Amino acid sequence: MQDLTHLQRLEAESIQIIREVAAECDNPVMLYSIGKDSAVMLHLAMKAFYPSKPPFPLMHVDTTWKFKEMITFRDNIAKDLGLDLIVHINEEGVAQGVGPFTHGSALHTDIMKTQSLKTALDKYGFDAAFGGARRDEEKSRAKERVFSFRTAQHRWDPKNQRPELWNLYNAKKAKGESIRVFPISNWTELDIWQYIYLQKIPIVPLYYSGVRPVVERDGTLIMVDDDRMPLHEGEKPMMKSVRFRTLGCYPLTGAIESEASTLLEIIQEMLLTTTSERQGRVIDHDSVASMEKKKQEGYF
Amino acid sequence: MAHKSDLIAEDIAGYLHSQEHKSLLRFITCGSVDDGKSTLIGRLLYESKLIFEDQLAALEADSKKVGTQGQGIDFALLVDGLAAEREQGITIDVAYRFFSTDVRKFIVADTPGHEQYTRNMATGASTAQLAIVMIDARKGVLTQTRRHSYIVSLLGIKHVVLCINKMDLVDFSEEVFRSIEEDYRAFAEPLGITDIVAIPVSALEGDNVTEASQRMEWYHGSTLMGHLETVKVDDELRAKAFRMPVQWVNRPNLDFRGFSGFISSGTVRPGDRVKALPSAKESTVARIVTYDGDLMEAAAGQSVTITLADEIDISRGDVICTADHPAEVADQFEAKIIWMSDEEMLPGRPYLMKMGTRSASVQIASPKYKVNVNTMEQLAAKTLELNEIGVCNIAVDRDVAFEPYQDDNAMGGFILIDRMTNNTVGMGMIDFALRRASNIHWQAIAVDKHARAELKQQRGCVLWFTGLSGSGKSTIANLVEKRLHSMGRHTYTLDGDNVRHGLNKDLGFTDADRVENIRRVSEVSRLMVDAGLITMVSFISPFRAERRMARDMLDEGEFMEIYVDTPIEVAETRDPKGLYKKARRGEIKNFTGIDSPYEPPEQAEIRIDTVDMTAERAADSIIAYLTASGYLGSV
Repeated sequence: MQDLTHLQRLEAESIQIIREVAAECDNPVMLYSIGKDSAVMLHLAMKAFYPSKPPFPLMHVDTTWKFKEMITFRDNIAKDLGLDLIVHINEEGVAQGVGPFTHGSALHTDIMKTQSLKTALDKYGFDAAFGGARRDEEKSRAKERVFSFRTAQHRWDPKNQRPELWNLYNAKKAKGESIRVFPISNWTELDIWQYIYLQKIPIVPLYYSGVRPVVERDGTLIMVDDDRMPLHEGEKPMMKSVRFRTLGCYPLTGAIESEASTLLEIIQEMLLTTTSERQGRVIDHDSVASMEKKKQEGYF
Repeated sequence: MAHKSDLIAEDIAGYLHSQEHKSLLRFITCGSVDDGKSTLIGRLLYESKLIFEDQLAALEADSKKVGTQGQGIDFALLVDGLAAEREQGITIDVAYRFFSTDVRKFIVADTPGHEQYTRNMATGASTAQLAIVMIDARKGVLTQTRRHSYIVSLLGIKHVVLCINKMDLVDFSEEVFRSIEEDYRAFAEPLGITDIVAIPVSALEGDNVTEASQRMEWYHGSTLMGHLETVKVDDELRAKAFRMPVQWVNRPNLDFRGFSGFISSGTVRPGDRVKALPSAKESTVARIVTYDGDLMEAAAGQSVTITLADEIDISRGDVICTADHPAEVADQFEAKIIWMSDEEMLPGRPYLMKMGTRSASVQIASPKYKVNVNTMEQLAAKTLELNEIGVCNIAVDRDVAFEPYQDDNAMGGFILIDRMTNNTVGMGMIDFALRRASNIHWQAIAVDKHARAELKQQRGCVLWFTGLSGSGKSTIANLVEKRLHSMGRHTYTLDGDNVRHGLNKDLGFTDADRVENIRRVSEVSRLMVDAGLITMVSFISPFRAERRMARDMLDEGEFMEIYVDTPIEVAETRDPKGLYKKARRGEIKNFTGIDSPYEPPEQAEIRIDTVDMTAERAADSIIAYLTASGYLGSV
């Protein structure tokens, strides 16, 4: 028998983590963000319990500003896999007309994502939530545990994390407290793409190059995904061959010009590119420690 | 990710195929801030071309702003994480870094070298297959080198790279290098570290990191990267006997019953005879089921689901082993324990233990000795404090399958969880099982109030309900007791009226008798708390001084004053026993609220407004308070 490859080891480790949560937590949920990392996490969950289905629902915290193609993809995946999908929208925010154009990216993200997520977790009483974050994404994540403890107020205290030894995870918590679990902590962006390629995991078509209407703002290409996008004077959407390296709210996600229309071409482009993945996310530009702050406040 | 490989541009499919067979190495770096550890890791990341241009631009800017290398790049900044530690200029926790070459992916646990070293280093080392021990060539083997190496050996890491850094500052001297290597071997080999490879480097200037140094021609070994890429660490586990702790029983329907788990050692094939522990029931492997189809063989490091030929009872926490070479089963052990909590270890107190997939209750005896990690000296100890390492006997409340930790990390390593706070407070490594004949002699474990309360998984306390007659004290106290009882808690209620029928029937209502009444009730409630009970006292107790007397008899945190706040008008309309009417008619003298004052508490722990709140809600809020304050441990 051949030695296990790094992807086989990562896969086995992630499956072990996902099963531990199912075995030790009362009411887990998998946060599904529709992106490539979520796609891999979901695939691993399907593997972990086969021939059973994962014993927990998926939940998407919908800011109502996601790309239309993401929503179609999300609904199809849940149907194809036969899984329960909870879509949570902060209706209060919708009623107040909160959006990135009117309220700015920071406030929009806080209300429609961070606060909405907390409300959803409280509403359903979930005591554990899987997330697809990776430690290689960002410096503060490098130190987060696989089982990351949250207070009843959903706060993360980076100075007071439980030690995490071997593959023995402590899932004990008091009522009201919860755990965020990151089963793909040890995967890198390259691992994710390689795994998607080898396992033929479906991903949102927006990752592939296509001719799409975009406008250029502050050096970032923003796709005009619907007519809620106010155009500046003299601004006219141009049809360009673009794709996305990361997916989020369409007004906050920069496209890159690309002709990569197959998975192999995407991976090739990623390997030859010289800028990091998160550069396309408008939200990270604030300050170096911004993600750490957001996490303390309850951003995933 | 700027890999400068032409293959990527020309034949991406070929390139990916070549990357499919990469192996994985997890290692830890040990050293202090000054040894250049962060610089070394930063350089490994940099040299493996994993730094993007935007990150590099940020690094160059940061280097100028806060770096320690003048105008040069400060690689250490690449591995700095949290804001707090950037301010302090030191790492404060365990951080994981990733890099990859064409043959291996690496996961690096980076741990700090300051006072939290033991806890953090042990955490990082627990998943590492290899350790890099950093030494400053100018300083040689230091106390901290010994400390790091001891922890490395304790955690069972067999492979060490002795990275002798800052060779540029000792004129690349072979003599200095050899003498440090010799010192180190003399010290580390007796610890059981068998594979030691010494490499002279300059992390700052790059010598022997990825490129062979031109300035140390006397050195003929591998570069650091070369060694990390080729060192053989895998599959010592595969050669061992088959073990799989059961994580989850997989029952999608009545026709399928599988056991899902992560194979911790050995290999398994359909047809293999297996034994489930601790039950020792045997069966034969029918199928190895995975999402990608059944396997003909599975090995250590894989997550699978196994079905058996016979219906035997197996549940989470059991271990499936090869039948002819099963693991041992015992309930008492000698183990090394590393304490990781600010609160010291309490011998005799039950902790929750998690080993493999088994959770069980465990009691730890007073340490046989603790180890001074700087000198390896064995010292007498009554307990273990944060970052202390000791050897203790432990007793588990049931039989568990195990192997000595040094033979099998997965079957001999455990964590300890505090039942009250749910925190991970320690880690342990089993040395061997104790024979029944040498059962643990529990040294001077006093059965005191903590021990009694621990057994009940609660903290004994008094809930002192004070308020006017008719305020609802007894109603609420009874509801609280019912809830606690249904939660499996041990309780008792002392009610003013009932006590006066028995214990205090000789007392009247003079001031002296009132004080004696409260004194006796306080003494009884103190005995109840000593017995570990959650005790409800429902007494009008109108005077602050007498409530103060009761409070003073108990320890800090054991007395909770609950002010059942009902206005006299409301209480008088309720008048469940007709007492107010009698008092108004002058038939009862010294009646609280009528002709005797009630002194409301100034700092009650809980105040209940019975006008706005039903008795049920009041009881809920008291239970919530007890839970939040840690009086009710998890069961």
